[in-house]
Amino acid sequence: MAKALADVPPKGGFSFDLCRRNDMLVKKGIQLPGFRKTGTTIVGLIFEDGVILGADTRATEGPIVADKNCEKIHYMAPNIYCCGAGTAADTEAVTDMVSSQLQLHRYATGRESRVVTTLTLLKSHLFSYQGYVSAALVLGGVDVTGPHLHTVYPHGSTDTLPFATMGSGSLAAMAVFESKYKEGLSREEGIQLVSEAICSGIFNDLGSGSNVDVCVITKGKTDYLRNHQLPNPRTYVSSRGYSFAKGHTEVLSTKIIPLKAKPEVAVVDAMEE
Amino acid sequence: MALRGDWVYENNGGTCVAIAGSDYCVVAADTRLSVGYSIYTRDYSKICKLADKCVLASSGFQGDMKALQKNLAAKHLIYQHQHNKQMSCPAMARLLSNTLYYKRFFPYYTFNILGGLDNEGKGCVYSYDAVGSYERTGYSCQGTGGNLITPVLDNQLKSPSPLLLPSRDAVTPLSESEAVDLVKDVFASATERDIYTGDKLEIIIVNATGIRQEFLDLRKD
Repeated sequence: MAKALADVPPKGGFSFDLCRRNDMLVKKGIQLPGFRKTGTTIVGLIFEDGVILGADTRATEGPIVADKNCEKIHYMAPNIYCCGAGTAADTEAVTDMVSSQLQLHRYATGRESRVVTTLTLLKSHLFSYQGYVSAALVLGGVDVTGPHLHTVYPHGSTDTLPFATMGSGSLAAMAVFESKYKEGLSREEGIQLVSEAICSGIFNDLGSGSNVDVCVITKGKTDYLRNHQLPNPRTYVSSRGYSFAKGHTEVLSTKIIPLKAKPEVAVVDAMEE
Repeated sequence: MALRGDWVYENNGGTCVAIAGSDYCVVAADTRLSVGYSIYTRDYSKICKLADKCVLASSGFQGDMKALQKNLAAKHLIYQHQHNKQMSCPAMARLLSNTLYYKRFFPYYTFNILGGLDNEGKGCVYSYDAVGSYERTGYSCQGTGGNLITPVLDNQLKSPSPLLLPSRDAVTPLSESEAVDLVKDVFASATERDIYTGDKLEIIIVNATGIRQEFLDLRKD
């Protein structure tokens, strides 16, 4: 019976087939490759008629910038977006999975998705993987019950807040929010404050950098302001430029092998019989 | 020695480049000092003038950088009192090597490039590892952005093999302004991709007329 159970193909989720092998390799002193972590600043706040989310656009692999202009504000539903920090693959996969579940739920019910539904789907998935799915999220949206902003930690715990920050630049960004946030900000004030918080992360946290993305969600309308600010242009471009003249690479030896003429395919029928 | 076995070092990041020409030497380093994901300061000079025609650029652990610079300055002062002249760049290069190797088993955690003019007035660059192995080269790059910059310099300034006989000059064919332009460009590029390089670039140009300093702003993110 136990064998029969083991033979049933898995319905979904992760494959843990290679865990024992990898464990053995690590014990033998082999380094497993690292993952692309988005050392990140992501923020969100509630303003007078909705929610504003913000994110920087740097993705790092150790000390190297892997992507200078990535997208960290993910689509969940037309009225709900989600900023992701942590392992890039995890934030992307988890938001995609939940957004697909929400779409199916909307087809089944014919109603607009709610932020709490999204929150519950996210946290139950993350909790069931005990923190191994390393996604730290700022979830925001406007639904029939009004504007909502939540943070989700990799282990599945959640917060409900008027303003929130996450990622390696969260302290830098929170410093700005704690000193300047107030209730009932206008749309312009809100965008300004979110941009300032993200810039604080960009300039003071080495894991964050490049540009500012903003997403403004109000009742019935969502504005995704991709690259709302570009505060880090290149500071110097060589006036000479680079040209690579022919012969720049030294040729040590040359050997030319003529291609053989294509052989004629003669008797095809003989093979088929 | 009580500290041996514990990790008493930090890497404060940063990148250094030096290029030697026929009658000049360009030494450059960024001015960011950081650890982990934090910036300690955006304006820390990693370049130290040791003699009239000899400058030292270092990256690695700031505490050791400072200690090493102080040590060399003290030894150079004694040299001047004893010989009534400034130390030459090749002499300083050997002194630096000996100073580093003296601490072979508790090293200065620094990666150094020494640049300047030799006794004939030709540009010279000496590059080191942390325990004193050194070599005279035509150009060199060390620090956190070293892996990004070195191949570009190799491509632009391909120097002759040190094994060739008769030995050839290691100096680069570029003019002084071309070398400065190249240095600025490689730093702007390294800043795009290395999180520990940025804020500001300090460029020191040594030639027959003396030492000149230039600055260039780099990305601050």
